[in-house]
Amino acid sequence: MLKLDEIQKRLLREVADLHEVPEGAYNIRSNSQSAGRQSTANIEIVSKEDVSGLEIRIRPGTKNESVHIPVVMTQSGLKEVVYNDFFIGEGADVVIVAGCGIDNCGNQDSQHDGIHRFYVGKNARIRYVEKHYGSGTGSGKRILNPGTEVYMEEGSYAEMEMVQIKGVDDTERTTTAELAAGAKLLVRERLMTHGEQRAISRYVVNLNGEGASADVVSRSVARDRSFQKFDAKIAGNAACHGHTECDSIIMDEGRILAVPALEANNVDAELVHEAAIGKIAGEQLTKLMTLGLTAAEAEEQIINGFLQ
Amino acid sequence: MLELKNISFLVDDAGKDKEIIRDVSLTIPDRKLVVVTGPNGGGKSTLARLIAGIEKPTAGRIFFNGEDITELGITERAQKGIAYAFQQPVRFKGIRVLDLIRIAAGKTLSVSDACQYLSSVGLCARDYVDREVNASLSGGELKRIEIATVLARKAVLSVFDEPEAGIDLWSFRNLTEVFQRMREDIRDSSILIISHQERILNIADEIIVIKGGTVEKRGSREEVYPHLMRTEVAELCEGPYQPVGKGNAGC
Repeated sequence: MLKLDEIQKRLLREVADLHEVPEGAYNIRSNSQSAGRQSTANIEIVSKEDVSGLEIRIRPGTKNESVHIPVVMTQSGLKEVVYNDFFIGEGADVVIVAGCGIDNCGNQDSQHDGIHRFYVGKNARIRYVEKHYGSGTGSGKRILNPGTEVYMEEGSYAEMEMVQIKGVDDTERTTTAELAAGAKLLVRERLMTHGEQRAISRYVVNLNGEGASADVVSRSVARDRSFQKFDAKIAGNAACHGHTECDSIIMDEGRILAVPALEANNVDAELVHEAAIGKIAGEQLTKLMTLGLTAAEAEEQIINGFLQ
Repeated sequence: MLELKNISFLVDDAGKDKEIIRDVSLTIPDRKLVVVTGPNGGGKSTLARLIAGIEKPTAGRIFFNGEDITELGITERAQKGIAYAFQQPVRFKGIRVLDLIRIAAGKTLSVSDACQYLSSVGLCARDYVDREVNASLSGGELKRIEIATVLARKAVLSVFDEPEAGIDLWSFRNLTEVFQRMREDIRDSSILIISHQERILNIADEIIVIKGGTVEKRGSREEVYPHLMRTEVAELCEGPYQPVGKGNAGC
């Protein structure tokens, strides 16, 4: 791997499970520079010319290939907005791993705003994994504001796993999706905030075509004095199925605001939302303690399981 | 060996003290299977919770292998070798059956070792080991997993609070075998089962009858069982004791 120090390598492991140069197509961005890139016969990665970012073109019919585009930042005070566009060809089936790790040891804020647009072709399938991680002892904040836009053509499928477990001080995540007939979107968000952190997550999903479906599920834990807001709206504009769920554990002086919203614009739209916020059930702690765990270990097990 | 000395447990009932357990003294010897039985509301489950450390007695002392454990918490008692199977098992989102069995065993068990515990409670291990211990499991499945976690602990004293409740007849027949195998597998250990079930009473070395928060009778199965039958027949006709498995017992 090119020009990466130990901290950068550690961040890469955290956000993309990368220990070595990944197989397949990849672009590794480190402190606003490309630290390595590879295209394949079916997946082309090129830099945008007008703004900072990438165009990733996946040929129709590409199967069982992956794209890794992790970002690491270790320079305090760096602020960047990056636009990455993914064009997934008809019938392709690929895994896309993004993610951003910030290590800020300085006293200036570091910020990465990644704007990802996905154009998912007819009958194409993607699995997208995006992990956020922050570390460093500096007083400068670690800020991530991801914007995700998903445009899904007929019969396409997208599974999106968004994970932010540790160290990110401030996040505003906005995800929008437009689904044509028969398209299916699955979102699994896992979030833990601690300290004084703040995380806002917004979803707007439009089910525009007959048979479109979306399932947006968030599991989150708010500890210490952190604050979270989950704001998910699904609009059914055709005969479709939509489900949104926010399931949260609240601890210490944490606060969570869940604002699930449904909008049915068609008589055949079937939309459901669920939201539950509560502290860890006492009997769960008791059960694990009867197995020999301390209260703190039991709490950790429950949270780890919940965020699996 | 577990010894309860003059244990009482009071709760606040609308501003008045209500005695759930009243001056109970008893011993659970090593290598014995002791069944605690008696009418509902008599204090049996509270007794089990007091032993596990979930409740603290308002008076009296508890000794485990000679050590006073009255002031010890749930974790410390578990670490000293007391296991406890809940009457109503707890559900967890995201924690798999395998995770729970591994936590219970206190070490990294191989999947096949973990599966053995599931098989011994009549579950097809392959179908369950990766499932979450959540609301997707039926009450009966959860109950069997609960028993499997206690088996995995290989504890010195295992306490089961109504293990038969919610378990179907097929697995119930095997349940008594589970306890008998447990006695063979964990040497020098003792087992305390709270139960109304005739089949479980039948495998007891000793039976303790708890009623109204006190020990009404205790002794070997041979001694207590006939007494129990007579009491049950009487109470069946008057309520409230509802033993399982005997039909109307002649009334």
